[in-house]
Amino acid sequence: MANIISDETIEYVGILAKLELSGEEKEQAKKDMGSMLDYIDKLGELDTEGVEPMSHVFPVKNVFREDIVTNEDVRDEILKNAPGEKNGMFTVPRTFE
Amino acid sequence: MSILDMTACQLAAAIKNKEVTVLEATKAVLAQIHEKEEKYHCYVTVDEEGALAQAQEVQKKIDAGVLTGALAGVPVAIKDNMCTQGLLTTCSSKILNNFVPTFSSEAVLNLQRAGAVILGKTNMDEFAMGSTTETSAYGETKNPWNTEHVPGGSSGGSAAAVAAKECFYALGSDTGGSIRQPASFCGVVGLKPTYGRVSRYGLIAYGSSLDQIGPLCKDVTDCAAIMEVISTHDKKDSTSVFREDTDFTSALVEDVKGMRIGIPRDYFGEGLDSQVRDAVLKAAEVLKEKGAVVEEFDLSLVEYAIPTYYTIAAAEASSNLERFDGIKYGYRAEGYEGLHDMYKKTRSQGFGAEVKRRIMLGSFVLSSGYYDAYYLKALRVKALIKKAFDEAFAKYDVIIGPVAPTTAPKLGESLSDPIKMYLGDIYTISVNLAGLPGLSMPCGIDSKGLPIGLQLIGDCFNEKKLIQTAYTYEKSRGVFGRKEDR
Repeated sequence: MANIISDETIEYVGILAKLELSGEEKEQAKKDMGSMLDYIDKLGELDTEGVEPMSHVFPVKNVFREDIVTNEDVRDEILKNAPGEKNGMFTVPRTFE
Repeated sequence: MSILDMTACQLAAAIKNKEVTVLEATKAVLAQIHEKEEKYHCYVTVDEEGALAQAQEVQKKIDAGVLTGALAGVPVAIKDNMCTQGLLTTCSSKILNNFVPTFSSEAVLNLQRAGAVILGKTNMDEFAMGSTTETSAYGETKNPWNTEHVPGGSSGGSAAAVAAKECFYALGSDTGGSIRQPASFCGVVGLKPTYGRVSRYGLIAYGSSLDQIGPLCKDVTDCAAIMEVISTHDKKDSTSVFREDTDFTSALVEDVKGMRIGIPRDYFGEGLDSQVRDAVLKAAEVLKEKGAVVEEFDLSLVEYAIPTYYTIAAAEASSNLERFDGIKYGYRAEGYEGLHDMYKKTRSQGFGAEVKRRIMLGSFVLSSGYYDAYYLKALRVKALIKKAFDEAFAKYDVIIGPVAPTTAPKLGESLSDPIKMYLGDIYTISVNLAGLPGLSMPCGIDSKGLPIGLQLIGDCFNEKKLIQTAYTYEKSRGVFGRKEDR
């Protein structure tokens, strides 16, 4: 395997991805990511010098519309889906003292 | 003909002629669900009460002459990644185990405006990430042709429900083959429309630049009729494209004289099962006999499509799935210390292994220092792949090939080796990268008794050429179905 994923890298990816991995999951993730990157490295065979990155297949630019409210107030229904709700608001863990 | 054997259009016609009521049709299909679900498990949620209520409402509108369309009164199944107002929508993930949307996706609304009766939500690979429907948090779906085999994925529940007559047609979504491959494995028709044809509003995003909603159904006529209903311009989706050429049923013409059909040699190389190859080439031969001009050509870049796709799809997924944070909806872990710990525990417990794998890969290829080398590189290769298709479509109206290298694998054989599983997407994935329409339809049965799929690929917005070619082939091929159903 050409790509060796270090403990530091997998730790960093865990922070970016907001995932907490067990020791076993970390080892598996290192292996899986390494082999995927080996595979993706195949793209290096292609000369893409001067090729513009294509994010959208059609030449569509920003699409604007007037910011007009068209939906009704469904706050109560929306809050029904929340794991925590109080006084018509989402509850979150305390973030600062 | 029994109600369950009817296609969607046949049923709608029978309802219109007062030979069948919407309630009778709904009850018949619910009875079928009761009988077969234990065996196939196509659905995550069946909304029996809701379906019966809708049936009565729709019947009234048909009787009043308000609903007159080609699909009025026909019961449909919806993949569980499309929001349905008031009806549980899980994406087959634990993290959305209790999510009841407050709105419906535009494609579902379009069906309802046309008089559809929503039966329930079909099983899928978690967040549409997979090729077998085995990554669902709610159990695997079995292939109705042989329950030891997978139905394909990620729209495996939708494809299996159509094949098992547990609905008359279904909606699926296709990011790298997720409509076409299960359609192929279950012996039904599936179409991934051109990117932008169908609104993605209310479709829970996986790879936004690749995702597209489309039909899974019993025949090409149904496919065209469903496309007419769901192809609308939607201001709520900024990638939705306004088109006037949405009269897809006008392409139901049995004629391919002079149609230029290209067979990419690169789709028939190593790894392709010989029975699949023979069946696909035989279908091409049929079209040639019907007057099409069929020739082989080199598409090029085929082996680069999978690494390009997995880079782009994982990157977009890592961004799209950031919203699952345990605050606004869905699952929240218990026993955490502070906000970040809550995020991490919620997501680690809520997502399955394949979803985590792609989120991590996506986070990595987008991270500082790797963005240019991986993500931008993949977007550049995507441009090259698009160019290769542009050149092909300068010469051909339709490209023809297999949908997948093999017929449906056995349950439990795919997930242990991710890269091997990803390789199964080789013929479908570049269609998403280039934004093209692709149609999958049955063209044979292998020695194991499993259906073989034929793929037709068209240039952007050329769905009608696909429908015309598919319709012509279907007429020569004749009725297709499981032995016990014929």
